Amino acid sequence: MITVNDLISFGWILLKIIIILIPLVLAVAYLTLAERRVIGFIQCRIGPNRVGLRGVGQPIADALKLLFKELIVPTPSNRYLFIIAPIVSFAPAIAVWSVIPFDKGWVLANVNAGLLFVLAMTSIGVYGMLIAGWASNSKYSFFGALRATAQTVSYEIAMGFALVGVLLAANSMNLQQIVLRQQGGIWHWFWIPLLPLFVVYWISGVAETNRAPFDVAEGESEIVAGFHVEYSGIFFALFFLAEYANMILISVLASLMFLGGWLSPFQGIPGLETFFAWVPGIIWLGLKASFFILLYLWMRATFPRYRYDQIMRLGWKILIPITLIWIVVTGFLVELHIPPWFN
Amino acid sequence: MTWLRKIKHYVKSFMLWELLQGLSITGRYLFAKKVTLLFPEEHTPMSNRFRGLHALRRYPNGEERCIACKLCEAVCPALAITIEAEPREDGSRRTTVYEIDLFKCIYCGFCEEACPVDAIVETNQHHYHFEKRGENIMTKAKLLAVGDKYEAQIAKDRAQDAPFR
Repeated sequence: MITVNDLISFGWILLKIIIILIPLVLAVAYLTLAERRVIGFIQCRIGPNRVGLRGVGQPIADALKLLFKELIVPTPSNRYLFIIAPIVSFAPAIAVWSVIPFDKGWVLANVNAGLLFVLAMTSIGVYGMLIAGWASNSKYSFFGALRATAQTVSYEIAMGFALVGVLLAANSMNLQQIVLRQQGGIWHWFWIPLLPLFVVYWISGVAETNRAPFDVAEGESEIVAGFHVEYSGIFFALFFLAEYANMILISVLASLMFLGGWLSPFQGIPGLETFFAWVPGIIWLGLKASFFILLYLWMRATFPRYRYDQIMRLGWKILIPITLIWIVVTGFLVELHIPPWFN
Repeated sequence: MTWLRKIKHYVKSFMLWELLQGLSITGRYLFAKKVTLLFPEEHTPMSNRFRGLHALRRYPNGEERCIACKLCEAVCPALAITIEAEPREDGSRRTTVYEIDLFKCIYCGFCEEACPVDAIVETNQHHYHFEKRGENIMTKAKLLAVGDKYEAQIAKDRAQDAPFR
């Protein structure tokens, strides 16, 4: 039986979803503009500044262009899989945000296995790429899908191990709990005791999202655009949205797990703590995540693309051993109650 | 001391030292002066010898300079100039037809060099286009109109270049 109360709570959840989704999609749209501007600036250019004031209308213009473009489904492709693929890659990228806490209590679903949910959802995104590459029935997209899948699967292991370290340190898989364990200012955050894991997490996060310098999956100079060569219009936009939403997700996760999420960096510093007490937590989280997003763009503008075998070597022979060693070290740190993190 | 170097290499690799160096360089360029020229508002500096769209000039009293000597027609390597001449009512020799086909023209500037009265010149105008077939033929009226429009600029460029001729 569906009661009125059920409907009301359903409506609330729907409202919360909309409150999370709209800023997310806006953030994705403006991330594309930020990317073009930042990379332009680093290359001594200005970047797009024509649409609207200093280019603020550019993402809207791009989105409209993509919406009105023709949807081309290649004849030799597998029609159903071809259409499902962008959805499979976009839906998990959005679904993950249900367990992300934006402030104390500001979370859609306070799941105890939040970390696991995040890992599972980001893994499902790979199927989108794989299906897209396979269903397109084109050699470039097939190569792109193979590369993307192999790379994502390899780096998922390093990433998972890095998260195991966080799990050990926080003694919880609930993302809110993980943040609350880091209370007490910038020196209490997990980035110090887990520094190697932090770096490994970031590198594998960049590789997971197939961004430069690990963007062989869409290497423009080699395989055109990888798994989404055959896609046009709104299908392409979905892949694009998924990629950028994942970038923001990795940035937010990095700040949640290693930089104390929504906690103020001035906690425990006498004068500054009260001075910055009025700043809401979501602003701190936003600032921290913005730093990582900037780092994404910065890295893209700096590093040349890795060769494929080098990517595999880095993932399997360097990152995974580092995480394995540091998990043991973390275990000791936790067991010996090393202050100020684990007392 | 190979082992020492090896250890140094390992430490450097694990500190991501070279990657951070790279990031610092690009980070500095983030704040460097931008070289982009905002085109419709800004233009690159242009030489006074620039050879662009053609024009026929007039004397200050409004009389056209061209005397139909046909030297430009003779020197034109692309055979882009067509001239027909007849005596005017006052008895002076003038062109009845003076046409330059801009599709044939190679903008070498020989016509300007050859002209004894500085009538045909190449202005610094280079933002022009044709929308219909036939618009590429610059007739005498069009050439004179271009000359009237840009006379100030043409005279200035010629004056600047005069000491070097």
